Amino acid sequence: MTDQNTTGLTTESAVLAGELFGEGVGTQAGPPTTPADSTAVAPGAHSHGGTPTGSPAERFTSTDPDAFGVPTGREETWRFTPMKRIRPLLDGAASDAKLSWTTDLPEGVELARVDAGDPLLKGLPEPVDRLAALTRQNAGGADVVRVAQEAQLDRPVTLGLAGTGSEDVVWGQLVVEVGAFAKATVVLDHSGLAKYSGGVTVLVGDGAQVTLVTVQEWAPGAVHGGQYDAVVGRDATFKQVVVTLGGDLVRLVSNVQYAGPGGSAELFGVYFSDETQHQEHRLWVDHAVPNCSSNVLYKGALQGEGARTVWIGDVRIRPAATGTETYELNRNLVLTDGARADSVPNLEIETGEIVGAGHASATGRFDDEQLFYLCSRGIDAETARRLVVRGFFADVVQHIGVDELQDRLMATIDARLGALPGLDEQPVEVA
Amino acid sequence: MSVLEIRDLHVSVGEGDDAKEILRGVDLTVRSGETHAIMGPNGSGKSTLAYSIAGHPKYTITGGTVTLDGEDVLEMSVDERARAGLFLAMQYPVEVPGVSVSNFLRTAATAIKGEAPKLRTWVKDVKSEMELLEMNPAFAERNVNEGFSGGEKKRHEILQMRLLKPGIAILDETDSGLDVDALRIVSEGVNRSREEGQVGVLLITHYTRILRYIKPDFVHVFVNGKVVEEGGPELAEKLENEGYASYVKTAEVAQA
Repeated sequence: MTDQNTTGLTTESAVLAGELFGEGVGTQAGPPTTPADSTAVAPGAHSHGGTPTGSPAERFTSTDPDAFGVPTGREETWRFTPMKRIRPLLDGAASDAKLSWTTDLPEGVELARVDAGDPLLKGLPEPVDRLAALTRQNAGGADVVRVAQEAQLDRPVTLGLAGTGSEDVVWGQLVVEVGAFAKATVVLDHSGLAKYSGGVTVLVGDGAQVTLVTVQEWAPGAVHGGQYDAVVGRDATFKQVVVTLGGDLVRLVSNVQYAGPGGSAELFGVYFSDETQHQEHRLWVDHAVPNCSSNVLYKGALQGEGARTVWIGDVRIRPAATGTETYELNRNLVLTDGARADSVPNLEIETGEIVGAGHASATGRFDDEQLFYLCSRGIDAETARRLVVRGFFADVVQHIGVDELQDRLMATIDARLGALPGLDEQPVEVA
Repeated sequence: MSVLEIRDLHVSVGEGDDAKEILRGVDLTVRSGETHAIMGPNGSGKSTLAYSIAGHPKYTITGGTVTLDGEDVLEMSVDERARAGLFLAMQYPVEVPGVSVSNFLRTAATAIKGEAPKLRTWVKDVKSEMELLEMNPAFAERNVNEGFSGGEKKRHEILQMRLLKPGIAILDETDSGLDVDALRIVSEGVNRSREEGQVGVLLITHYTRILRYIKPDFVHVFVNGKVVEEGGPELAEKLENEGYASYVKTAEVAQA
């Protein structure tokens, strides 16, 4: 079965503030603070804040799991998720199970453990759903990666987090604390078999530049839920690259808030879902202070019966967030029949005094013009298709900025696409 | 030595009741070493001719033949046409995100030649052609056509022509949107291939400007889906002075 919004359907729109508002008019753009509990969202539909697409303007947060109630699967935040498969996590049974850690810590980086009562944890952004609250509670403290103020790391901080095959749920909470004006890349490299729910909070100090890469190369059968939060300091730059390739079910919620003006956040993501895989990425960028920017680019491909992806991109520009610039883009490439991609961008603008705001979403098959262009250079259709898909992913993967990791991920993707003939000696330098 | 022969070619776009005939019986022969300019007003079907020869799926051939050295081009897939020696420099080359220019060029060269080019000579060839087209070496690591300026796209098209060495090159409005410097650089690239003597060029253009740099052997005036007049370079001068008005008027009368 092919759903209507999985094939051929292409929706695209972009809104510029100038079109929405008169110059200097701080118009309220509308909307609804009620969370949509209905599922009556047309396939591919999206709003500019006018219709509820499931993004309550004020999102409920709490550290108490019971404050959320037990999800049934009808709630807006859970309606896309296969409840049966995520149930082991939502049951919330405490456990001592751990992932196996392999760490590479450059000079200037400290890894510590704090207990549940530590004041650091009190100050973190709160969980946005029951699973995240359970995670905070069951993790019983946190692992903390500290990057000293003004540190310039000579290589990425890498945490290899491998599942050991335990049936018990692994609960984890990680805090990455980057001091002012430091520059750091942190890689979370997930692999192996696990049922894992992990909270990750990145505190980006003023003027710091932080890249957080999270790779989900789980073994088949793995289930991974997690809430990622970034608090971006004044004039700081935060980049997140999410790469979801493995596991049975991955559901990640990434939130960004700004602690001061001048912050910049870039959220990149790639996902590749084969049959039986469910990959869900939910984003929430909250512009509440002036002169910050956000840019979201998520690209996914689906192949095989039952392949399923969900992308929800919520951006809110509050009245105080003048001078905001934001854009979000989601592209889904449906390689075979029987796959389904849901894409719901949602933009709520509450001030007209912004630089620009827009979004676009498109789900479809191959771009015929790209294939024609490549074939017109003698490249056979099959190779052209693989080149286009490979490029589709590389477009995002190249934002990681860590060559070895990029090469490894592209090799994984290549393996899933089948080898590209005649390209074994790539890349070719022409300098 | 290549010969492209187009005989009584009829092409339409759209399907069923929406089908619209664009080419209405085109006859044209292009041989290696010859340069043919096809000139005509907007909407006359010049680009349709180019894309039909290259095999774009949007166009339906409803009649006539196209052969390259006697082989039936219309029976070939798009990539087979390129491997047979046809090349189309496009007016609006598309972006291919995530595919670097160097990767693309090498993949194309491998496909055309049937084997991967020797790495050392290939790198040298690419480098020297890029220098001649005044392209920055960093260009090779950018994604195909992504964020390219109009001039960069056209240089990139000509770079491909230089490296893939086609028997017949169709240049679809390669001059459009170029400033004088870029026009000269691109034209010099085309002329290098012509001087090597192995390429037949079908130069499609709306303006005579590019003909100051690339001297055609033959000029064909294209109006309303067919060639309405043919001649030598002097015909281009006539068009420069008089425009297409008289041809368009005649065509309208003929249609009525």
